[in-house]
Parts: sequence; structure tokens; C-alpha cells
Amino acid sequence: MLEVEDLTIEVEGREIIHDVSFNIDIGETLALFGPNASGKTTLLMAIMGFPRYEVTRGRILFNGEDITHLPVDERSRMGIGILFQRPPVVRGVKMREMVRACLGSREDGAVIEQLAQQANMVELLDREVNYGFSGGEIKRSELLQLIAQSPEFVLLDEPDSGVDLVNISLVGEMINGLLQKDRMRNRTSSGLIITHTGHILDYVNADRACVLLNGGIWCRGNPQEILASIKSHGYEGCAVCQK
Amino acid sequence: MSEITRSKATGERAQKARRKPAPPADDIDLDAYTRVAEEHPYQEDPSRLPPQAKERILESGVTLDNLAQRSGTFLQIDHSVIHSKAQQGGLEVMSSLEALEKYPWLSDYWWQAVSADADKFTAEAERNQHHGYFIRSLPGTKAIQPVQACLYIAQHGLAQNVHNVIIAEEDSELHIITGCATAKIEREGLHIGISEFYVKKGAKVTFTMIHNWAPKMAVRPRSGIIIEEGGVFLSNYVCLKPVRTLQMYPTARCVGENALVRFNSVLVAAPGTTMDIGSRAILEAKGSRAEIVSRAITTGGNITARGHLVGQVADVKGHLECRGLILSEKGAIHAIPELEGLVEGVDLSHEAAVGKIAEEEIEYLMARGLSRDDAVAVIVRGFLSVDIEGLPPELSAQMQRAIEMSERELL
Repeated sequence: MLEVEDLTIEVEGREIIHDVSFNIDIGETLALFGPNASGKTTLLMAIMGFPRYEVTRGRILFNGEDITHLPVDERSRMGIGILFQRPPVVRGVKMREMVRACLGSREDGAVIEQLAQQANMVELLDREVNYGFSGGEIKRSELLQLIAQSPEFVLLDEPDSGVDLVNISLVGEMINGLLQKDRMRNRTSSGLIITHTGHILDYVNADRACVLLNGGIWCRGNPQEILASIKSHGYEGCAVCQK
Repeated sequence: MSEITRSKATGERAQKARRKPAPPADDIDLDAYTRVAEEHPYQEDPSRLPPQAKERILESGVTLDNLAQRSGTFLQIDHSVIHSKAQQGGLEVMSSLEALEKYPWLSDYWWQAVSADADKFTAEAERNQHHGYFIRSLPGTKAIQPVQACLYIAQHGLAQNVHNVIIAEEDSELHIITGCATAKIEREGLHIGISEFYVKKGAKVTFTMIHNWAPKMAVRPRSGIIIEEGGVFLSNYVCLKPVRTLQMYPTARCVGENALVRFNSVLVAAPGTTMDIGSRAILEAKGSRAEIVSRAITTGGNITARGHLVGQVADVKGHLECRGLILSEKGAIHAIPELEGLVEGVDLSHEAAVGKIAEEEIEYLMARGLSRDDAVAVIVRGFLSVDIEGLPPELSAQMQRAIEMSERELL
């Protein structure tokens, strides 16, 4: 579904990601581990197509189509969605309006209420987007928007950061729904989950994992094994392991 | 007629103030406008007005086709009162000059909330008044529907000087929608509107004013509000259409304990428009509260958005929020929030922000599949939709309609 080939990304003239390649098949979930400032968010933002993240080499293919230079809204309409770690506050715009926008032509008042109920967000529908939201509310709001958008492929940037124990289980449940984890076969949704701590993997199963260090991929393998190794040796261990 | 009840001293003060400059920008020559208007006949049934006029009037929130939707209607064209009637018992709607003749006591209210010699515009309204409305709710009366008033200018080059007095007697409730408009957008003219509001003990007034002027109009409203104990005054002002120059600074005085005032303004300045608009609340009694919210958008015009909260006694609270959005390379927004605490124990705050739409917000919406234009439209629509607590649904819908109509032009 997603193929990233020899991708190099610059932000404001500074190279952050160097020659990164990976692919994610239909129905597959890839976990991307990495310490702070390793370039994880940069990679996600570039895949989504935000102009600040400039691809200087390599390409991104989505369902076989080269999307490297497509604008963000086109990628979204092709079926790519993103959960922001720190989404902006949009003053004046209500959550209800935002969910309606995500639903597009499927817009329907009843659907909005129903989705909000599932996300435990009904009381937030009339609040301004992300204004004064707690950590858990931000994640639930992001996921509610994504569910309304119903993308084939989701980029999840630290879905477990700033979320308490009560919320993380709901967040996990919502991600599992998005990624059709209830299906044993014929899943059509895929995802890329960034996680620094790995907490979300207690709730969401990833098929494969890789470690991003200093802008490059250092390790690929089984998510639980890699996570166990990181827990034992830290990310420094990953660097040593590769040498 | 009104000579009988009008104070001689006020007249003299107005005479002295007839050339008194009106800061901040004294750019209007009163003598450039005609003070003589053609008379228009009274209409028992205002729905018989020409469709074009009705449409312009409707755009400013005043309906003439279904008066049953309103508790009362006042319509003035140029200097003539075309229609004035209350539809509900306990409410009075008439020309303010007629009221002044009918009620000698009204002179006790005349120029009490606004000074006759404040500037040359108030002086002009005192010296050459052309009606205006008097709306009153008797004690305990709750208006079921809004009372509507329209001040309309049909004649080219005319000065229309109105003096409005609104009195909500004790424990009464009044919802007013006022629309101001010109017959055609080519019209040049001057509108001076004095509005004095008296909100008595336990009374509530919601006042929604939609200005629908024209690119060559000069407009100088002068409003004062006096709110007694437990009284509530909610003002919603919408001006989304071009106007050459518009300056106003309505001032509410909370003179009774636990009085409440809220001012909401939604402004859009197109190229060629200069607006200097503020709201001021003076908290003079314990427990009184004020909230001022303004949203200003420039698409090429200039807006000065002012706000002023004065806390004169302890245990009062006020908040001022002023946000401006610049949607054009040209045009500017100058936000001037002022807080004045004169004693210990006042709680006054403000937040002000002026800028263009953050790129990050546009991209956020684009990541949800919206095109850039649609993302901007959603953000602008959200920016303009001010939540108005306590506004009756009909007025809220009217305001929303005005905003939606201008949105299409805006974007």
C-alpha cells in the first residue's frame, strides 16, 4: 500500500531523514520506534505531504501511484489520514464542524452524534477544535476525525503520549477499529504508528517494527522483540547493536 | 411639539457643541449633506413597499411581510415614519418625537445616557432630529417575539439624524432587532443615530443591530446604556457590508448591583471601508459584570477595534476579547483593548490577537481532505460565528443569516 524509497527529507534546509526505505502492505501495521529528535515526526509529515517537509531525494508511492509531490489535501482524499501529536487549536471552529468536514459527502447529523458517542466526545462537539483539550481529549478528537474521514492508511504520531490509563484503552480501541484489527483476514486498512515508549502496543498489535535513529532506519523486526530490547538497553543499545 | 418638553439648557449646550470635533477622526462635514427630505406617507401595511426596498430591509434582519413574527415594528424612511406599531400588550413602539409629546416624563431620560454636547454629531441630532424610535416594555412584560426597527435612507445625499430611546421597565424583557440600510448601494449619505437604553431593575434587553449600509455612507451611532440592579443588556452588532466611514463607541454603565452587559461585534471591512468601533463598560456597582467580544475581518479596509472596561468598585468582573483576521495584503486592524481598574478587588482581563490565518490551521484542515479554499472558508466561518449566550433563537438565526450572506462575498 505504501512504499517509501530512499527518502531524504529536509526541513528549512537541514537534512533530517536520510535514504529511508520501507513498505507497508495492505492490512499491515508498522511500528516505528525512535528516541526524541530521531526524525519520526518529520518522516510522517513528509508522507502526509506538508510543504515544510521537503523531499529532496527518493519517492513515496501510495497504491502504486507516486505521491511524492502531491499536496496534502490530495493525499488525504486518496485515503491517507494522520493523527497529529500536537494538533493546532482552531479557534471558532467547532468539533462538530470539523467532524462534518471530515465526513465530506457522507455528512449526516446523526452520524456525527453516533461517532462522537463512540469516541466519548459528545460533550466536546460544541467546543472549539483542540481549545483547552486535555491530552486524552486531543487524541480522542484526532481519532474521531480520522474515523469520520475513514482513510485506508493512517499515520499515527505518538498516539500514547500524554494519555492517561483510562483514555489509552479507548484510544487503543479506536485505533483497532480504524485498522480493522477485529478482522483476521482481508483487512484493507494499514497504518504506521510512531511510538517513543511503546505503550500503545499493549493495546494495538503491530505486525512489524523498525527503529529510526539519527534520521536513518537502524533495525527491523518483530515489534515485541525490538521493544523488549529497547526496554533493556535503551536506544543506545540499538546503535551499538548495528555496529 | 417636543419644544415643550425638551430642556432649554440641553438645546444651548448642543448649540455650543455644533462644531465640536469628534475624535478620533473628524472627517465629516455636516453641511455636505442635505437636511431636507422628501416626505413619505405612513403605511398601515408596510408589506406594500416596493420589493427592492423590502429586500434591502430584510437583509438587515427586518421583515415586513410577516409582522406577526414580531412583537412590534418601527420603520423609518429618510425623515418619515412609515410604520410604527406594537403587536403585543405591554409594549410600546412609536416615534421618539411622538413619545416625547405623549409622555412629559420622557424628558427625564432624554440625553441622560448620551450627552447632547458630546460632539458635533450628538449636537446635530439634538438640533435637527428626524424621529427615531421609542420602544418600551412595561413592568413585568416579556416580549414574546423580537421588536424590529429599521432606519432606512432612500434619498441621495441625505443626513438622517435619529434619536432612539429604549426603556425596559422593571422585570420586563425586550428583544430588539434593528436594521439599518440604504435603498441602493450607490447612495451617499450620513446617518447619525443616538440610542439611549434604560434597563431597569431585573429587566433584560437583547439588542441585535445589523448594519447594511453602502460604500459611500458615513455613519455615526452614539449609544449609551444604563443598567440597574440585576438588569441584563446583551448587544450584538453585525456590520459586514462596505461603508465609507463608521465610528461608534457605545458605553454601558452598570449602575445597579449584579448588572450584566455583553457586547458582541462582528465586523468585516472591505476595501474603502474605515471602521472605528469599540464597546465600553463601566462597572459602577458591586457584582456587576461585563463581557466584550469582537471579531474583525479586513478584506482590504481599515478597522480600529476598541474595547474599554472600567472597574470602579470592588467585586466586579470584566473580560474583553478582541480578535482580528487579515485576509488581504491591503487593509489593517488596530486592536486597542483598555482595562482600567480604579480600586482593589476588580477582576478585569483581556485577550487580543490580530493576524492572518495560521498556515498550520489551514494545513490541518487540508490533512482532513479539504481543499485550501474550503479550509479557509471553514476557519473564517468559525471566526465569525460568535456564540451568544442568552440570545433568542430567532435573533441568533437572523444574525447567522446575515453572516452567511456576507460569507459568500467574502470568500
